[in-house]
Amino acid sequence: MPEPTGVIHDIGYQRYTGPRLGRRHVFGALYLHGVRTAFGLGRSAKAKIFPWLVVGIVLLVAAAVTAIRSQIGEVIMTYAQFADAMSWLVIFFVAVAAPELVSRDLRSGVLPLYFSRPLPHADYPLAKLLALVTALFLLLGAPQLLMFLGGAFTADGMGAVWDELLDLLPGLLYAGLWAVVFASVGLLIASMTGKRAFAAGGIVAVFLMTTPIVGILSVLPSQTANQLAGIASPPTLVQGVGLWTMRDLLVTEDNSADLDLGSFGPVYALVAVALVAGCVALLLARYKKVAAR
Amino acid sequence: MTLIATESLTKVYGGGVTALSDLTVAVEPGIVGLVGANGAGKSTLIKLLLGLLTPTRGRIQVLGLDPIAETAAVRARVGYMPEHDCLPPDLSAAELVTHLGRISGLPRTVARERASEALRHVGLHEERHRPVGGYSTGMKQRVKLAQALVHDPDLLLLDEPTNGLDPAGRDAMLALVQRIGTEFGISVLVCSHLLGEVERICDTLVAIEGGRLLRADHIAAMTSATDVLAVEVSEGTETLAARLAALDLPVGREGRLLLVPLADQGTYDLILGAVAELDLPLHRLDQRRHRVAELFARRENSHA
Repeated sequence: MPEPTGVIHDIGYQRYTGPRLGRRHVFGALYLHGVRTAFGLGRSAKAKIFPWLVVGIVLLVAAAVTAIRSQIGEVIMTYAQFADAMSWLVIFFVAVAAPELVSRDLRSGVLPLYFSRPLPHADYPLAKLLALVTALFLLLGAPQLLMFLGGAFTADGMGAVWDELLDLLPGLLYAGLWAVVFASVGLLIASMTGKRAFAAGGIVAVFLMTTPIVGILSVLPSQTANQLAGIASPPTLVQGVGLWTMRDLLVTEDNSADLDLGSFGPVYALVAVALVAGCVALLLARYKKVAAR
Repeated sequence: MTLIATESLTKVYGGGVTALSDLTVAVEPGIVGLVGANGAGKSTLIKLLLGLLTPTRGRIQVLGLDPIAETAAVRARVGYMPEHDCLPPDLSAAELVTHLGRISGLPRTVARERASEALRHVGLHEERHRPVGGYSTGMKQRVKLAQALVHDPDLLLLDEPTNGLDPAGRDAMLALVQRIGTEFGISVLVCSHLLGEVERICDTLVAIEGGRLLRADHIAAMTSATDVLAVEVSEGTETLAARLAALDLPVGREGRLLLVPLADQGTYDLILGAVAELDLPLHRLDQRRHRVAELFARRENSHA
């Protein structure tokens, strides 16, 4: 960028008498900074590679699904199923974005610069959490919107577009659920360490190591154990809540057998709420401690 | 208005460690030096001033405000430069200082303008757009100072600002701090374990040891009565000493040096007159300011 050239006159130090914005604006600034950080914006090119690779893949999948549907006229993936199908990518995205949001700050020791400013110590983790939730929601929601636009343009008549919209909204809600659960678990793990590699490994481990437990529980001879198996791991927990609330949008004939929750649907929902609440509470406790250092 | 006032301030940490004990001090605006050895309680005092810690007993006021009850109001008017490394390496100085300006409540465009102003005042120009990771220690210290300055505070808290700097860097940093305190009209509290360093720039000196107040006073009051002229002649030291004594000047000896307390400008004339009359080769005649350290040393000796 060409800078205006010329003599720089030292006009001395200027006191600031303008407005100083309140807590809401400060929170907003930190939140927006967080969303940008999650996608590597305002950062080095290296930091952009992974987030945008994931974004590219999910958009590509959405585009492919839309194209196939418009060609053969058959829905091969519902909006809600899209989030399920992308769960691995979401996990990897969290494993990169969450350490980027909080571990980096722990490592560089920048936190005293935040906590010596008029920023309540709960606002920092909450703004970061909200930023990660937003990033994940955008990651899952934007491709669904693309699918919707493709579907809407090929649909015949306003009625079909309306039906399409009624399918999209639960899909977006489901994406929101994924975003909230994964962000709160991921951010809590990342806030424990300043080493980004450890944080990323820890996040992937928590999401992956719990999957075999689900597998073991689901082959036990007890039907109750089978039906409650999904609770043991965050991805299957979210799926369970989805199955309970919008079964017909998630289940197609070929996979209906192993997705039986019995009457435990509300239990899944309660556990999901408790998990998120617990993670947020621990996150706040963690930063209360960090702030006083 | 009193800049900082504490009353029987005591801080005991969870483990039973007493960091500050019954500290009562009041300082006026200006450049304040806070000296003490490592572990004397300097950082604890700073954290109490920022409302990051709650006092165990006693009261504390910053700019007339209570940092616990009115935390946000205090922090909006205070800038803090921590002792340790606190800069994310992959952000540029301009981005970091702008972002922190916004966290202090500055609107977006104002934050950007004031960030480049603050960086310019600390002496960072074009390099402010490069990632901080590649900066020298001196440049990093300047960025730390700039981020404390970006929101135009009324009080700067600087924790060991010369840490890790070479002698030239120390002088530059101290000159900068002095400029902020005098030209910018911002009060500064400089923490250091090096007395000789802060006594050069501060108006008021607060010395603490083991969490207790050693002494707090204007630097002028600590040193004014103790200025001394050191005279050295290549030969005839004894003759000169006798002559000066005859002139009713209380002459002290320190090796080859004659030490004469400086009463007023007349003392110079008397000495120069005596040297000229005796026709002695004058090697040097300079004013020696008693270092505050000597005052403390003397004080401690009298205690012992």
